[in-house]
Amino acid sequence: MTRIPLSALIGLTFTGAYFFCAIFAAWIAPYGMAEAIGDSWEPWSQAHWLGTDSIGRDLLSRMIWGGQTTIFVAAAATVLSFSLGTILGFTAAVRGGWVDQLLSRGVDLMMSIPSLISALVVLSVLPTTLPVLILVMGILDSTRVFRLSRAVAVDITVMDYVEAARLRGEKQGWIILREILPNALSPLVAEMGLRFIFAVLFISTLSFLGLGVQPPMADWGGIVKENKEGIVYGIPAALIPAFAIATLAISVNLVADWILNRTASLKGGRSA
Amino acid sequence: MPDLATNATPMLDIRHLRIEATSFPPGEAPRNVVLVDEVSVSVQKGKVLGLIGESGAGKSTIGLSSMSYGRGGVRLTGGEVLLNGRDIRQADGAALRVLRGKEVTYVAQSAAAAFNPAKRLMEQVIETTLHHRVMTRAEAEKRAIELFKKLGLPNPETIGNRYPHQVSGGQLQRVMTAMALCPKPDLVVFDEPTTALDVTTQIDVLAAIKDAIRDTGVAALYITHDLAVVAQIADNILVLRHGKAVEYGTTDQIINHPQQAYTQALVSVRSIDHNEKLATTPILQVASVTARYRGTNFDVLKDVTVDLSPGQTLAVVGESGSGKSTLARAITGLLPPRAGEIRFDGRVLSADLANRTKDDLRELQMIYQMADTAMNPRQTVASIIGRPLEFYFGLSGEAKRVRLQELMDQIEMGAGFADRYPAELSGGQKQRVCIARALAAKPKLIICDEVTSALDPLVADGILKLLLDLQAREGVAYLFITHDLATVRAIADRIAVMYKGQVVRYGQKSDVLSPPFDDYTDLLLSSVPEMKLGWLEQVIKSRKMESAGN
Repeated sequence: MTRIPLSALIGLTFTGAYFFCAIFAAWIAPYGMAEAIGDSWEPWSQAHWLGTDSIGRDLLSRMIWGGQTTIFVAAAATVLSFSLGTILGFTAAVRGGWVDQLLSRGVDLMMSIPSLISALVVLSVLPTTLPVLILVMGILDSTRVFRLSRAVAVDITVMDYVEAARLRGEKQGWIILREILPNALSPLVAEMGLRFIFAVLFISTLSFLGLGVQPPMADWGGIVKENKEGIVYGIPAALIPAFAIATLAISVNLVADWILNRTASLKGGRSA
Repeated sequence: MPDLATNATPMLDIRHLRIEATSFPPGEAPRNVVLVDEVSVSVQKGKVLGLIGESGAGKSTIGLSSMSYGRGGVRLTGGEVLLNGRDIRQADGAALRVLRGKEVTYVAQSAAAAFNPAKRLMEQVIETTLHHRVMTRAEAEKRAIELFKKLGLPNPETIGNRYPHQVSGGQLQRVMTAMALCPKPDLVVFDEPTTALDVTTQIDVLAAIKDAIRDTGVAALYITHDLAVVAQIADNILVLRHGKAVEYGTTDQIINHPQQAYTQALVSVRSIDHNEKLATTPILQVASVTARYRGTNFDVLKDVTVDLSPGQTLAVVGESGSGKSTLARAITGLLPPRAGEIRFDGRVLSADLANRTKDDLRELQMIYQMADTAMNPRQTVASIIGRPLEFYFGLSGEAKRVRLQELMDQIEMGAGFADRYPAELSGGQKQRVCIARALAAKPKLIICDEVTSALDPLVADGILKLLLDLQAREGVAYLFITHDLATVRAIADRIAVMYKGQVVRYGQKSDVLSPPFDDYTDLLLSSVPEMKLGWLEQVIKSRKMESAGN
């Protein structure tokens, strides 16, 4: 184990802190998620570190509970999109032929519609519950993962060691999991950091537009929406979630960069 | 070291050269490595110096130092590089820009990778000449056409209008030589210019380069790993190993009276004696196989019939594009033939890989040319060799460990290698691990696809000896695909010569290799460089047909 570089350390600290708050929100948050405890838009004080929001709820508690929702939805959607995207992408690359054509053209079709628009259409018909949100985001995002993993896997499937495994009589699953996946991991991990952040932005966008997480449940996009009128009066409540999203994005990517470097310089890994 | 200097000032004089680089081993602190140490060499005007050695010997690094260039972080840290009497080792960028491509030019190994595919050949040939304002465009084009003629290129007047993909590999290599000679340089560095070419094409290019050097009176550094090739073209030879000079002398001294043990080993490489065995009931019968790739409209294999007896070696010889590897793909089931059948051990093999039984797969193994890409870089040696043991025999735990050890012993590698990754092995060791992986399946037949062509001669020799040894002990048959006739002589019992998808000559080794020859076999046989002076001229004079790739 080599030393962890400073950038990775910063990334790890912030990412860790956000995830810690998200997971243990019930213990950390000073007030309940929807408890109204004061006047609207009270300034920062000893009792309310970040002040209160438009209807007098403690903003710090809202941020912590909102972080839980946002991070949970984004993480679940990322896991879903990566499982779906890599499995289908690798299958397309390994099988080739009509399977590849069918999957690739299907993905092209999905990608030709901007994902925000298709999400809005779907969500305006379906009930907006968390599972539906995760499913919609995961499936829409899996198209991009599909493209990446297929491209990476196509390069690997032509290697002699994959041919050797085929000649040995290995099953498709073994070839995908043991021959291709370990060699495709580096670009996928880097993409995963990026896609997680896009998922955070996406769920925030949806909530801001009112089609994401529904009140009284808190989430970062929703907090911006609830407090956006305050900006006119110089109240920074709407900017706090934006700041949280930005720092989370940067710190997650610092971690992803570090993991990428580490896996790339593994013995036997690709050079550079 | 003999004194080779004449009284004239040498064109290029390298004195006590030291070249270093920083290496970044994974997980460790960066460290300094010395690539070249205390190498002194000089080239007179109009003379050719051959630099020879195996990979990592520092040949190319020294070659590039003649234009004071170090590839990717390589630094020239000591000694002097005198070009036309002035030290260029520490010359500044501006001075080097004037010199590179004008006084010293470079011919790379892979012409196909060195040309810009989007530009016509002529543009690229005269580019540096124009850049350095040596000539006007008209003059440069005229000189280029002269050089094309001199290098024996077809249609010298118009070939410059073609794009790189429209000429053959051998022609492209000659065009690159023209590019290097165009600005009338004092010194040309040839970096393995014929290594990537077929043996039959190689002699044409070699002869063309030799004539061009003689006619233009340019001095040259000729870098290669093949002593027989350099013997044809060089006046003096410097033998290198691990960045140090081993022996330096005239070509005659090096070839005919080598002093150092390493040089002697290089000169006498491929001296394996192998007595051919007589054919018995064949284990593999390929009967009238015809095959083509999907989406194409011509047969890559035409009516190929060969067979192979158990415990023997069938060598399939031919130049690239002759269908050698396609034959291997047909036998392994990767490319189902359109007609004909393949019998293995008395049973008909299903044409398609998917329908073959586990025993069919197990008894027919394959070893590849590039050991690098034949092993998963993320698996250790133990898991690479261990997988066939689990897969075919269901071995695990202690039984697997014992068998693994047995295999490691067979390939003459200790247990210490078991936990290594392929990147931590040398080229020869990688190929040994691939051999062990094939052996682990206890096969009856191993298809060896150019298994020694990517290796240095001495390492390749070791691999061939190992293969012969294993054949004697395990009784496994080899279908040995190669373009190298020296290898064939060393290991084959039977030989099939392939040309444009057909077997043109087939039989016991002694029959195939003795006259009367058909024209193609004659060409192939005579094209293998021999370790003697004057061989090239003799061959060019006496051959009957041109190479197919020409």
